[in-house]
Amino acid sequence: MLRLEGVSASYRGLKALQGVDVAVEAGEVVAVVGANGAGKSTLLKTIAGQVATEGTITFEGQSLRRLAPHRIARLGVALVPEGRRLFPRLSVEDNLRLGAYARRHDPDRFGPLDLVFELFPRLKERLAQRAETLSGGEQQMLAIGRALMTKPRLLMLDEPSQGIMPKLVDDILAAVTRIRGLGVTVLIVEQRLAEALAIADRAYVLQTGRVVMSGPAAAVAADADVRRAYLGI
Amino acid sequence: MTALVLQAVVSGLLMGLIYALVAAGLSLIFGLMDVVNFAHGEMLMLSMFAVLALHGALHVDALLLLPVVALIMFGGGVAVYRLLIARALSVASNRGMVQIFVTFGLAIFLRGAAQFAFGGEFRSINDGWLSNRTVALGPVFLPLPQVAAGLVCLLAFAGLLALSRTEFGRALEATREDRDAVALIGIDRDRIFAFGWGIGAATVGVAGTMLSTFYYVSPSVGLNFAVIAYVTVALGGFGSMLGALAAGLLIGLVESLTALALEPSLKQVGMFAVYLLVLVSRPRGLFGKI
Ligand SMILES: Nc1ncnc2c1ncn2[C@@H]1O[C@H](COP(=O)(O)OP(=O)(O)OP(=O)(O)O)[C@@H](O)[C@H]1O
Ligand SMILES: [Mg+2]
Repeated sequence: MLRLEGVSASYRGLKALQGVDVAVEAGEVVAVVGANGAGKSTLLKTIAGQVATEGTITFEGQSLRRLAPHRIARLGVALVPEGRRLFPRLSVEDNLRLGAYARRHDPDRFGPLDLVFELFPRLKERLAQRAETLSGGEQQMLAIGRALMTKPRLLMLDEPSQGIMPKLVDDILAAVTRIRGLGVTVLIVEQRLAEALAIADRAYVLQTGRVVMSGPAAAVAADADVRRAYLGI
Repeated sequence: MTALVLQAVVSGLLMGLIYALVAAGLSLIFGLMDVVNFAHGEMLMLSMFAVLALHGALHVDALLLLPVVALIMFGGGVAVYRLLIARALSVASNRGMVQIFVTFGLAIFLRGAAQFAFGGEFRSINDGWLSNRTVALGPVFLPLPQVAAGLVCLLAFAGLLALSRTEFGRALEATREDRDAVALIGIDRDRIFAFGWGIGAATVGVAGTMLSTFYYVSPSVGLNFAVIAYVTVALGGFGSMLGALAAGLLIGLVESLTALALEPSLKQVGMFAVYLLVLVSRPRGLFGKI
């Protein structure tokens, strides 16, 4: 479904990704793990069209390179970015509805609302509230909900657990499993290695912009180096 | 005496509605994308010349030309964004400066072009439907063109308010909140910006059309209105439509009363005094968000 071959990305000459190969098959949950600054967020931003890159990136056979970010989103690739990037002064409802704005020709454009409310009932109770007044966990739910409103086929999540209390992290990861059950492919970047690998099928380990390891999530979780670097802290 | 004051109050408020609408267009663009349009006064001037030219050629009244001029200005605003502003914003550094010089340059170009095309003399429309007619409101006599202009400006504000309630209005607001995040949900922010410029220019076009029914037109007519618009926007709060309306009315009122109390040539003294007073006590303006 998604294929990256020899992808490099840089910020003003500073390489953040170097010759990365990543493949995601339809229906999978794939985790990307790595230390701070390894290039995990850059990888997702690269796919979303926010960073200039070299190499090839294809989604369902179509090249994503040189496509504007909004065009990539319209193809069904949704990114829930680091920091969530909600519209802080707009209501929860407006944030969600805007997710469907670009699908104006779809007769069932607000259809995913039911799913969002089912996954995150807390959002339904706070429809009129401004996004900025939500708790961190609720904001993350809203960010995922807004992404779901675009009817994505590939959902990319950048550290959904960041700054959220453990109970809500479990809720959010459970929601990711539900979303995957509906046929949405998921590419997830997580600091919480154990939790992420528990819901993922496969994983990639990034280190200073390179893929240093990849394979079934269980194998990555069992690997001595990964355990030392992450789980043993 | 009271009749005189009442007269000054009402005509000040009517003029204030024009100031408010001119400021609304400026504020909308600024609020949306942090660009100050230094050619805003020239856009007003152009719309007035458009009315003059169309009126002269087709012998159609300005009131009927309103939608036509608004549409032309909308197209002009979109073109200015696509051809100039979008490019100016894509520079790697010094974006703020580039944006200022681009709109400032556009202003000088438009003024020169108008001078070339229409000449420098002051012109006005004296044979419109409403020209030289007045209505009596008790002791106050009001020129019909001003009354019509005030009403149309109010309607335009209602239109802007209605627009902000639509889905497109929400998308505008979202773009203004986070111009990078809208792309994540498939919204083309360039399109939103272009529409914003179109609406801002159409707004000033409506004001210009109504103004041309009672005010002289010349290539430099926009200068004075632009200064008032900048003061109005700062006074009302950057990006706030309601603020523009309130501040425009206030400035129209103060200006008119100053002219009455001091003398007409000093009418702007009061406006700047109020401006300083408000900004010292409320730096963000009356309704400022930023
Ligand atoms: N906008 C930017 N400008 C310049 N350098 C950047 C920018 N964003 C990231 N970088 C650099 O690129 C490298 C990779 O950053 P990235 O954000 O992708 O890491 P990450 O793996 O997501 O880290 P974290 O776990 O802290 O989120 C880092 O060295 C970072 O400093
Ligand atoms: Mg990151």
